[in-house]
Amino acid sequence: MHLDVTFFALYRERAGCNRFPLDLPDGATVADLTAEIRRHFPRLAPPEVKIVVAVNTDYADPDLILRDGDEVCLIPPVSGGHRHD
Amino acid sequence: MIELTYQPLDPERITDAVRRDSNGAVVTFLGTTRDHFEGKRVVRLDYEAYEEMAVKKMAEVRQELQARYSIEDIAIAHRIGTVDIGQISLVIAVASPHRKEAFFACHEAVDRIKEIVPIWKKEVYEDGSRWVACEDHEFSGQEPATIPAGDG
Repeated sequence: MHLDVTFFALYRERAGCNRFPLDLPDGATVADLTAEIRRHFPRLAPPEVKIVVAVNTDYADPDLILRDGDEVCLIPPVSGGHRHD
Repeated sequence: MIELTYQPLDPERITDAVRRDSNGAVVTFLGTTRDHFEGKRVVRLDYEAYEEMAVKKMAEVRQELQARYSIEDIAIAHRIGTVDIGQISLVIAVASPHRKEAFFACHEAVDRIKEIVPIWKKEVYEDGSRWVACEDHEFSGQEPATIPAGDG
């Protein structure tokens, strides 16, 4: 499946782009997506920081199965940093 | 009323939206932009939102509180974009027949908005900038209650 992943705020600045096109195998989950994103953008978030994902404007659990064309956005911590880790 | 806007907020207009003769109390909260953080002078704030989701989550906060307190009249307005120091970035107005519900619902609305509404705030200093917790510099230290665990 093909997805366009949107970055906001801190993640947009760290990724250096607003959107990133990503192809994933059918049946891929949100956890698969974040793992792939981490491979492309290793400096997006430290390993101990969970990357929160919104799918079709709702917060998504890691085991949610993605579908082709889903609206996927990465939601950075609202603290703006990782001071809580 | 739910509003997400790049324009200055008018608290009186937003408060008027919840006033009715059946209500005996109106509580309005204004979130305003602070001029300092840990000794540094803040020159302005830049708010960024995932707009479609932010509006949806603001409406969810409103619905949650309407149900919890059995009240109808809640208005939430958030400004995004560049907001100068001392300006209003958030207005929450709650009206209820009796005051207690209005105070509680307004207080909870501020917390819930910070937890689940995807709006980010960047403080711009004279010599740099930093993304911070929306509407509150003091991070609670807790994961938002309703946001799933992410990728673990």
